[in-house]
Amino acid sequence: MVRLEPRRQHSQAMVYLSPVLAILMTLVVGGIIFAFLGKNPFDALYTFFILPINNSYGISELLVKATPLVIIAVGLAMGFRANVWNIGAEGQLTMGAIFGGGLALYFHDSESILLMPAMFVLGALGGAFWGAIPALLRTRFNANEILTSLMLTYVATLFLSFLVHGPWRNPEGFNFPESRPFPDAGLLPIIYDGTRVHLGTAVAVFVVIAGWLLLSKSVIGFQLRVVGKAPQAARHVGFRQKRMVWFTLLLGGALAGLAGLFEVAGPIGQLQPSISPGYGFTAIIVAFLGRLHPVGILFGGLIMALTYLGGELAQITLGLPNAVTGLFQGILLFFLLACDVLTKYRIRFGSIAAKGRTA
Amino acid sequence: MTGETGTEAMKGAGPAQLEVRGVTKAFPGCLANDDISFRIEPGEIHALLGENGAGKSTLVKIIYGVLQADEGELIWEGKPVTIHSPHDAREMGIGLVFQHFSLFETMTVLENIALAMNDVRDMDALRKQVEEVEKTYGLPLDPDRHVYTLSVGERQRIEIVRCLLQNPKLLILDEPTSVLTPQEVEKLFETLRRLADEGCAILYISHKLHEVKALCQKATVLRGGKVVGGCDPREETAKSMAEMMIGQKLTAPDRGEARKFGDVRLAVSDLSLASDEQFGTDLKGINLEVRGGEIMGVAGVAGNGQNELFRALAGETEQEAAPDSIKIDGKSVAHFGPRRRRRLGATFVPEERNGHGAVPDMSLSENGFLTAFRRMALSAKGLIREVPTKSFADNIIKTFDVRTTGSGAEAGSLSGGNLQKFIVGREILQDPGVLVISQPTWGVDAGAASAIHQALLDLAAKGTAVLVISQDLDEIFAICDSVVVMAEGKMSKPRPMADVSIEEIGLLMGGLHDLEGNATPANDMEVEGGRVGQA
Repeated sequence: MVRLEPRRQHSQAMVYLSPVLAILMTLVVGGIIFAFLGKNPFDALYTFFILPINNSYGISELLVKATPLVIIAVGLAMGFRANVWNIGAEGQLTMGAIFGGGLALYFHDSESILLMPAMFVLGALGGAFWGAIPALLRTRFNANEILTSLMLTYVATLFLSFLVHGPWRNPEGFNFPESRPFPDAGLLPIIYDGTRVHLGTAVAVFVVIAGWLLLSKSVIGFQLRVVGKAPQAARHVGFRQKRMVWFTLLLGGALAGLAGLFEVAGPIGQLQPSISPGYGFTAIIVAFLGRLHPVGILFGGLIMALTYLGGELAQITLGLPNAVTGLFQGILLFFLLACDVLTKYRIRFGSIAAKGRTA
Repeated sequence: MTGETGTEAMKGAGPAQLEVRGVTKAFPGCLANDDISFRIEPGEIHALLGENGAGKSTLVKIIYGVLQADEGELIWEGKPVTIHSPHDAREMGIGLVFQHFSLFETMTVLENIALAMNDVRDMDALRKQVEEVEKTYGLPLDPDRHVYTLSVGERQRIEIVRCLLQNPKLLILDEPTSVLTPQEVEKLFETLRRLADEGCAILYISHKLHEVKALCQKATVLRGGKVVGGCDPREETAKSMAEMMIGQKLTAPDRGEARKFGDVRLAVSDLSLASDEQFGTDLKGINLEVRGGEIMGVAGVAGNGQNELFRALAGETEQEAAPDSIKIDGKSVAHFGPRRRRRLGATFVPEERNGHGAVPDMSLSENGFLTAFRRMALSAKGLIREVPTKSFADNIIKTFDVRTTGSGAEAGSLSGGNLQKFIVGREILQDPGVLVISQPTWGVDAGAASAIHQALLDLAAKGTAVLVISQDLDEIFAICDSVVVMAEGKMSKPRPMADVSIEEIGLLMGGLHDLEGNATPANDMEVEGGRVGQA
């Protein structure tokens, strides 16, 4: 019989080392999998993790991919800190893209410089709206936000699909399920010429700093942490949990919505049925990889972005299926959670008899 | 001469029931047991004394097979033994009654007993056994009652019956009386004495020294993981044993001159509130008034509505109390949340330190901020003001002699007594008009307890109304000016401490509500409703 026994003291160093350890173990297991697929593991890992970023273009692409991950994960981390489990960032991202992108389509011949800020606002509002639904269901009916936010993701993606197949389809688009391209005024400015690095990347850095301030220096961030760590203490001093549910779901939704808008107004430039390779879900891993800390999330976002790039390259040069990306993300999350558990608990092998009768 | 403290007289009378020889157990960063030796003879009631953190629990866990000693050995009936697990311990004949019960509320007494047995084949046979044990040892219990309908004393009986069914040769009781009325304590002692007469050795762990004195023939005193002495409790005074435990002179709290009471600062009138918890106790028509400068004690057996009362006063309940049922300095606060009550000058210390009064994995600075940020202006424009926050925590640490590495230390890293000093200090330094404190010295070592008592007396002397909810009657007698007793969610009329006896309080704790001179029989309580109102 194997059981977990809480460690009396868990080392603070291990809390920060466990992501590193998890990454190393992911590499080892990844190498083994590549070997089973008949590839030289070292070549494959090189292709997956080094090749994508050994030139400046690669690094710029890394930033492009990390941008939505970091923005979403900072928002999610706020919720996770307060034990609010928003799993539906993908849906909030989609709604943000629909709201903000819809505005760009409505003003498709506009040249106003006000269009972009208005799209920001609507994108955030769209995501917040989609986050408000689970918040309402949780606070009013005590419905589990894990389920409701996740299910709403499918509603949002199908809604987007409906829009681009129907009412918002490009009239000049040869019946492809795509919207019109956004007008120039509705496209994010590129901040580094010759790459796809756009204004959103700068916003992501700002979000990290603001998130850090909010979490560590503000009273509301303090309340979030207390509600998450000791709900009874929070009740004792009157930090209301319901308010935190609303706050974190609205904030997380708004940031995811913003990230969605950045995708459609940035690299994509129009609405189409698929606007995200699962950034909203990957951001969950990013949040935990970054120890729910905005600065850690910045690094976590870069690492997870690399798995997207590596997956693409592995597809092209090694002929591996794109599922390799998801595989690596899954293995990483698995090892991360395992390391976290083992930081807090130790494994004891005891006889079944001894265990079973300890009443 | 480290071992066998005070047992020389018994030597040669055959092998000890249990002898502990040189047991040492180290945890990372702490030597919990350091070369501990003592022996318990068959039929002896042996007290294990020591402050919190002295190593008592570790030692018990080693004897009961939960932990393994790093060094040293256990000699059972003259033979060295290794006890690998509690299962082994029970097989050998060691029974343990825990401080906190492990019972399933929704199951019957018999089912709970069956669950704890190593193997049960026949429920009817078990029922007979249980009834026999109950009769022999005077432990009345209805095997078919559901646990949630039982009093704490009755629940403890289940635990004891569980142990006795295994025919133990050594029974260990860990702080068994902390949840009992004085009358129930006396009943428990009778049972234990009868057991000892039959040759069962009893290891009795307690910090209530007058109980140890009344019950035990021998005591081993632990301090800092070491045996610092042994004695015959019958020949010692409670004070001399306490000093042995803490290793220094004990000073009684200084009550100062007879205090003058001011205006009523905390008033509760006809407060009735359904409990938030499934098996909680509803509050029924609570009345009390605490004046400035007064310390009022709320006595009662645990689970008679004290937690509900605390939560209602602190504003933690989901439901709102009736308007005007709670007033702070004359202002109705029944519809206020905790923050607005605190803004009016009320502060609160809950019973549970970790997770209720403090957040264990946050620093002391942050824990100081937790309840004080409004009153002490530790935040500005929605941001935490780092410097005043840290100096507030430093001030608590200094003023209340909190032993810690500094205000950056996590609250969870402090010992119970030090964390309690920090929490009490945090509320007192906010200069409250009303302080409601629940179990102020629960699980706190004697040194810290006397510091906390003194702090409460000093606070009252400055004109604060203090309400102390406590199960520890000694504590109530030591610091309170008046006392009320809670039983089944009702509250007795307040009595000045000077003209009430411990027996009377004991009877009130058992639910007799009309000791006001008129001889109302006990079973009229439901009719009376305990509403002994006051002006």
